Amino acid sequence: MPEVQAQDTVGLVKSSTLLFDQPLALACGETLNAYRLVYETYGELNSTRDNAILVCHALSGTHHLAGYYSEDDPKPGWWENLVGPGKVIDTNRFFVVGVNNLGGCHGSTGPTATNPNTDKPYGPDFPMVTVADWVESQNRLTQKLGIEQWAAIIGGSLGGMQVLQWSIDYPDRLRHAIVIAASPKLTAQNIAFNEVARQAIRTDPDFHDGHYYEHNTIPEKGLRIARMLGHLTYLSDDIMAEKFGRDLRQNAINFDYGIEFQVESYLRHQADRFVGTFDANTYLLMTKALDYFDPAAEVGSDLSAVLAKACADFFVVSFTGDWRFSPQRSHEIVKALHDNDLNVSYAEIESHHGHDAFLLALPQYLSVFGAYMDRIASECTK
Amino acid sequence: MSLSRSDFQVICDWITPYSRVLDLGCGNGELLNELSSNQGVSGYGIEIDDKNISQCIKAGINVIQRDLDMGLSDFDEESFDFVILSLTLQASSYPHRLLGEMLRVGAEGIVTFPNFGNITSRIQLGLGGRMPVNRTLPMEWYNTPNVHLCTLKDFEELCEKLGIEILERRAVSHNNKTGPGLKLFPNLFGEIALYRFRKKPS
Repeated sequence: MPEVQAQDTVGLVKSSTLLFDQPLALACGETLNAYRLVYETYGELNSTRDNAILVCHALSGTHHLAGYYSEDDPKPGWWENLVGPGKVIDTNRFFVVGVNNLGGCHGSTGPTATNPNTDKPYGPDFPMVTVADWVESQNRLTQKLGIEQWAAIIGGSLGGMQVLQWSIDYPDRLRHAIVIAASPKLTAQNIAFNEVARQAIRTDPDFHDGHYYEHNTIPEKGLRIARMLGHLTYLSDDIMAEKFGRDLRQNAINFDYGIEFQVESYLRHQADRFVGTFDANTYLLMTKALDYFDPAAEVGSDLSAVLAKACADFFVVSFTGDWRFSPQRSHEIVKALHDNDLNVSYAEIESHHGHDAFLLALPQYLSVFGAYMDRIASECTK
Repeated sequence: MSLSRSDFQVICDWITPYSRVLDLGCGNGELLNELSSNQGVSGYGIEIDDKNISQCIKAGINVIQRDLDMGLSDFDEESFDFVILSLTLQASSYPHRLLGEMLRVGAEGIVTFPNFGNITSRIQLGLGGRMPVNRTLPMEWYNTPNVHLCTLKDFEELCEKLGIEILERRAVSHNNKTGPGLKLFPNLFGEIALYRFRKKPS
């Protein structure tokens, strides 16, 4: 933990775990009899409990939004740029909750957890979970935390999809829905990228049909390729040109397959970091949850019809350089919202950072997001 | 209450309380804020400028960041009672299409624009031989966003062509004065022209 940051970071944080023993019926038809959810909170819940904010994470995110686990922790939580005292999601004003989704690999019950029926890790037997299942489990956490209604639920990318689902499934449990760099459903191209990533993992000889834990190994090669591919789609051509161009690691071309270009070095570094911290079965599950997400499917693909259930005020944000979930996808969401005469504001942030822009401290992003959060804060009890 | 622009007061008078409004090029949201706080009006603003978007959000205005030249295709037919276009028509790339779009998504349109037929502009161009630069048109020809300037006559001719029925017309000066000169010769003395209109009943 760098000392210079001490002013605007939540500092040292700890996770908590809650056990849920009420069976959870999942969309896939299976039931989880009991499960754990790991979460983190920052800031104080006020006396009227109306300043609580839930942050839903994206594909590879976790409940660890901000702060450090120890003095020696080199890296803060994934949304340190936006969550902290005085920041956009101001922990001096809000009680902020991050939760690791079901099926995750950072403490909530998922493929790496022990299956009570076999006393072995669930592995590939962990049931498929959907965005709606996550929202159901998060709603149970909400009740246990004693929160009647979230001041806001916020999420980027897959997190934004959870926010949409919340607004449909539990409309009166949130006052504001903040949907960032999201999409009402994946395109064929999106699904195709996910499938290539899954095939990389599933065809790795060390995958063992998902039972790799028993073989004391992990499908490292496949997971690395999956992450490299995913990472590419989170960046833009422009930002890669700016960051790496055709720069070489050494000054000359070696005519071999080692790391020659800086961009190759970067991708391998990303893969290295990911392999040590992320479970391959979880990656498969999360990409499936993305593919399946399509809340309008049940009403003839009419997004406006399904969002007719929503009553929250919405803030939708997209980034011009995001080709994974382009601004066009956000326009679809915004249209469905104003079709229902809901309060909605929409900001399209000029950025060449690709999909990952939602993680960054871009000035206009901070400006509009901060302005919206000020509005939410003004409605909360002081 | 004091509004920063002379056309805003007239627009507020024209808008029925509790109606649904779309404000195209809503700036910092001042007009929508006024309409929602004092007349119970609801609706959305459309704006392109980053700074204005932040200010609208701060003010609690529903604002959608969009380029008006991209059209209003995301809005369905007859979604609004009024569609407002204040001091923006002259900066749009396709004013005639935008007017058509306004009356597709709304029952009535309200447009305000700087009157290029105003006497100051006429003198500057006719006698001075130069593109007008004045209170209503403060920028030089090369850096002005106003690419489609017109006079009251021009606008009314276009309305006729597009099958638009003008319900109300007002010409005002900058300080919102409407003296007898303005009433008799609006195209000569009006600095800002205001129109309320709808599709001609077929």
